[in-house]
Amino acid sequence: MPKITLIEYGGASHTIDAETGKSLMQNALDNGVPGIDADCGGACACGTCHVFVDPDWMPVTGETDAMEEAMLGMRPDRAETSRLSCQIEVSEELDGLLVRLPEFQM
Amino acid sequence: MNEALALPDAMTIALDEMDVSDPRLLEQDAWRPFFARLRREDPVHFQADSPFGPFWSITRFKDIVAVDSDHEAFSSEPAIFIGDRPVDTPTQSFIAMDPPEHDIQRRAAQPVVAPQNLAAMEDLIRSRVVEILDGLPVGETFDWVDKVSINLTTQMLATLFDFPFEERHKLTYWSDVATGAPEIAGGNVPKEERLAALGECLATFTRLWHERKHREPGFDLISLLQRDPNTADMVDDPKNFLGNLLLLIVGGNDTTRNSASGGVLALNQHPAEYDKLRRDPGLIPGMVSEIIRWQTPLAHMRRTASRDIEFGGKRIRRGEKVVMWYLSGNYDDTVIEDADQFIIDRSNPRHHISFGFGVHRCMGNRLAEMQLRILWEEIMQRFHAVEVVGEPVRVRSNFVRGYKSLPARVLPL
Repeated sequence: MPKITLIEYGGASHTIDAETGKSLMQNALDNGVPGIDADCGGACACGTCHVFVDPDWMPVTGETDAMEEAMLGMRPDRAETSRLSCQIEVSEELDGLLVRLPEFQM
Repeated sequence: MNEALALPDAMTIALDEMDVSDPRLLEQDAWRPFFARLRREDPVHFQADSPFGPFWSITRFKDIVAVDSDHEAFSSEPAIFIGDRPVDTPTQSFIAMDPPEHDIQRRAAQPVVAPQNLAAMEDLIRSRVVEILDGLPVGETFDWVDKVSINLTTQMLATLFDFPFEERHKLTYWSDVATGAPEIAGGNVPKEERLAALGECLATFTRLWHERKHREPGFDLISLLQRDPNTADMVDDPKNFLGNLLLLIVGGNDTTRNSASGGVLALNQHPAEYDKLRRDPGLIPGMVSEIIRWQTPLAHMRRTASRDIEFGGKRIRRGEKVVMWYLSGNYDDTVIEDADQFIIDRSNPRHHISFGFGVHRCMGNRLAEMQLRILWEEIMQRFHAVEVVGEPVRVRSNFVRGYKSLPARVLPL
């Protein structure tokens, strides 16, 4: 099981044993990591599972598609490393992944 | 729709004779079996004839998310309610625009409801809620809609616009008139009244806009529009200016107002849930989401197909109206367990459709949630019960699912 670290806005760090084949969003929820709302349940349709991927990990987590871009574009805190965690599928390749959570989801 | 006739029996009427645009479905709270039947028998349903012309009804949760997420196939132009905009008041707002123009205008307005700005408003909202609740006549019957719901949301709206506080009742009036035209959503506001009111709304805000240009810039909606170079001249385009004003007025008013009333009604209809809340007020944040689902203050949003598309086994043709019935999706028990029940401690209460999905998802959702959370926190500090003591009067519309009045009384702790 790949280990993934999520750091809350306030600094609290959570390292989880993630399940492959599931999204990062689902893994975070399953492990009780706060700061991800995921209102739409993983349909890339609400933007409330926003995370900032550590720059070193950006190439490994893959590309955004048009829909994800559209949803991220609505976020006032959009950054180059912004991703929707429901669109990142966990694989063994992501062992050691580090993401930071935003101040708020909206 | 024939006024003289009673509503048909939802279970026996032929599907092709069913009219889900009939505003009496919400006015009489009779909508449940109609949409339950469509979800079950014909979830992507074409209605060939209605007072608003032909339209498709999308009634299942997952199909609604799919349509709402696909702004390329399902355009928000020219209008997002079932009727078309009356030609006598051409307005244009970013909720009825597609990207990229939508994105530009929305971004200008969005900071007013960003969570940092909201945190700064929490104390102000709480002090107003306290004042409203402390002013209620304990033990006497009063109208909850007027004394609490309208009062609270109109004060909030006046703050968001930095609108003259003593004239704030005008905002509520303009909001009701804007969505009340028969041709928009089946309401009963006469045309002359609507034209006069919207003219006054435009004139008032045009004056405010020019006055504000000479002031220190604030963090209100008008200042934000003036500050963003993309919207700095919006006042010169009255169609766009009035459209966006009405969008922000309706969006910031009707929805929270009707959820503030709906929550009281829901708890009265589900007394075991009210008991649960009394035992654990910590359930309030989740309950707020459940109230917003249960109420679904906007019953639908409409799109228009921008190309021919296969959807749900049907062929939707370019130019046809596609109505997403949020109210139906929120009661789809294949996605939401025991959807007909009001349950304040659901495991996943945020998974509802009331805010819509995709690029047009509700901008003020966090503000709405915050207002309702504070309202209930302060109610629970003061009252053993807000008791509904008569039948609510509901709004006649196929768009706004709301209340004109709700007789209630409050009982002290």
